[in-house]
Amino acid sequence: MTARLSAGRLWAMARKEWLHIRRDSRSLAMAFAVPAAMVVLFGYVITFDVRDIRMAVLDQSNTTQSRDLVDAFRSSGYFRVARQLTSDDQISPLLVRGTVRLVLVIPPDFARHLAAAEPAPVQALLDGGDANTASIAINYAQAIVTSYSATAVLKGVPLPVPIAVDSRVWYNEDLKSSSMIVPGLMAAIMMILSALLTSLTIAREWERGTMEQLAATPVHRLEVILGKLLPYLGIGAVDIVLVAVVGGVVFAVPFRGSPALLMVTGMLFLVGAQGLGMFISASAKSQFLATQLAMIVTFLPAMLLSGLMFDISSMPKVLQVISLVVPARYFIAATRGIFLKGVGLEVLWGQALGMLVFALAGLGLAVHAFRKEIV
Amino acid sequence: VTVLGLDLGRLVQLVRKEARQTFRDPRALRVIFMAPILQLVIFGYAVTTDVKDAAMIVYDRDHTTESRELVQALTAGGYFRVASLAAKAEDLADALDHGRAIVALEIPRGFQGHLAAGGRASVQLLIDGTTSNTATVAQAYASQIILRFGQQHSPLVAQTAGTGAQGHGGTGLPGVDLRVRAWYNPNLESRVYNVPGVVCNLMMLMALLLTTLAVVRERELGTLEQLMVSPLTPGELIVGKTLPVVGIALVDLALITTVATLWFAIPLRGTLATLGLTSLAYIVCGLGIGLLISTVSSTTQEAFMTMFMFFLPAMIFSGFFFPVENMPVFFQYLTLLDPVRYYVEAVRAIFLKGAGLAVLWPDVLVLTLMGGGILWFAARRFHKTTA
Repeated sequence: MTARLSAGRLWAMARKEWLHIRRDSRSLAMAFAVPAAMVVLFGYVITFDVRDIRMAVLDQSNTTQSRDLVDAFRSSGYFRVARQLTSDDQISPLLVRGTVRLVLVIPPDFARHLAAAEPAPVQALLDGGDANTASIAINYAQAIVTSYSATAVLKGVPLPVPIAVDSRVWYNEDLKSSSMIVPGLMAAIMMILSALLTSLTIAREWERGTMEQLAATPVHRLEVILGKLLPYLGIGAVDIVLVAVVGGVVFAVPFRGSPALLMVTGMLFLVGAQGLGMFISASAKSQFLATQLAMIVTFLPAMLLSGLMFDISSMPKVLQVISLVVPARYFIAATRGIFLKGVGLEVLWGQALGMLVFALAGLGLAVHAFRKEIV
Repeated sequence: VTVLGLDLGRLVQLVRKEARQTFRDPRALRVIFMAPILQLVIFGYAVTTDVKDAAMIVYDRDHTTESRELVQALTAGGYFRVASLAAKAEDLADALDHGRAIVALEIPRGFQGHLAAGGRASVQLLIDGTTSNTATVAQAYASQIILRFGQQHSPLVAQTAGTGAQGHGGTGLPGVDLRVRAWYNPNLESRVYNVPGVVCNLMMLMALLLTTLAVVRERELGTLEQLMVSPLTPGELIVGKTLPVVGIALVDLALITTVATLWFAIPLRGTLATLGLTSLAYIVCGLGIGLLISTVSSTTQEAFMTMFMFFLPAMIFSGFFFPVENMPVFFQYLTLLDPVRYYVEAVRAIFLKGAGLAVLWPDVLVLTLMGGGILWFAARRFHKTTA
């Protein structure tokens, strides 16, 4: 084995790998069509906005006041009154079948309590199964009821609102889910792509027996790793641009920061992710195990433990610590910072450092796993 | 012995061969049985949409008992925690930029004075919108808490309320008092809802992976031709290949159901029979899709990518992360093609609502029809591609 790296051999390795990819049309589709499709799909489908919640009303009061309250729900735009009930036993089947999410029960003495300026209880029965939608529905209902109380005339005096909350949302003013998801998605796509594609490249050589051939050539192991890495780095760079453009054009996701910083951090992340993929494939040696491990080690954590969809700070402490070794976490924080906040290295240096460590570790692991085999 | 045109002797031989091939590698064994448990535990904890302990930076320019009480009211519910105190206005923007806080609260000078005088006090709330779901929930919680605080501390409200408002529980204020009761999940923990969803996705992943790879591996090694020239009929080949997968998937289901109920204390209110039956129909769907993928793939890599292209949208459309009813209408119709959607719906109803077949028969019927149809189509294609 030669001690020095040769650009010629490196180039030859990269070309060989590129030919492998190009010949396999599905890999190519995976590399370019899937990221674009994912952005569009996620951007449209992932929405935390809750509207048109189906509700039923059991109005036992049946007065002008109670009908006004129901109208307040209806006109809010958040609820759609799907059923008017006449008795209690209609409630349970509706909730079990999921026909409605919320049942509003207005008791017979509702108007009398209101007239006496007393608390007038009404009951909201919710399908708590989907805790997220349920809590949002509760918040909407509370807000509607509060504003109804404020306008309802109590002893001739409306209930005042003593504190005005001037609430402003920064970076993502309309609270669009797509602005949150698209930058984060870049990290998930990179991770999945590199792990899936690269984890197979070495396992495939083992299974086909071509690894011995590769070992018999004068190629240095670092040349093998880097050579296999280069074509995927190119694909990754194109994907970064693709996601940013689709996000901007289709979903009007703002891009406020520096494109150069995005590229640099993206490349660091890719090197790490691919190093990890190769490490997995070099240690698994079978395509079945390699795919399984790649799925477990990269795909699911990148989706679920990275803050892409679920907030890390709401997770239990143990998982927050585990998430520190999920590289996608750093890249997602960086992309959101660059896209939405428009901040640079002065804020994101921690994330950049994390990804540099990841890149070196990935590369080191890949080279190390290789050493044992090709002597 | 022949059943339905399948020779049982040959079938048993094939199943034995499959099992031996799968279990020969102890690492594969670990992946098949340990990985789902591990994933369920980790993701069961990760998949939470609750807002807890959100970091808040407070700039209190009033420095009165009332302003401190307002901050206390915000932190008391466990939704917010005070991460830091700002000394100047720039600190707020800085904390949001660095992500040290996602909520910034500014209480202006004169807050207490306005409140006591019965005037309109005001506070400013800045929220980091980059994680829009957390921001939405945090904004709603904070506004509610501040509003209620104001009503309890305003002399005007106390006046209006008079004496009639005492002793009724609730807010004790006049006006409509909304009392909320959440069924099936009284504490509104998102985990109770999401863990059954994780179960569904793990089952699909397992069924797909095992079926696809069982076939494609043989094709890649060239041993599929050997199987074809053996006296096995195509029907026997397919049944023999998929039967072990059904077995493994059912064992996995039992394992993860045990973990979900014992570890996460997710209530299983329905019957095991309903769960088993629904799962069987679902597993057959997964098998069929896996088989279909293997007929269009000649290498493991191809198979894996194709599987991924199916699995990812299937997962998103299933309503596992995001309720189907919140999607744009066009996509809602698209979800009707997704078997995972029916299973997710059914499994949640079985676990949380104790629903039986009387309620779930449409889902089970669709799954069975889909599974049967896909399997039939895949078997036909399989026949052609291998013959």
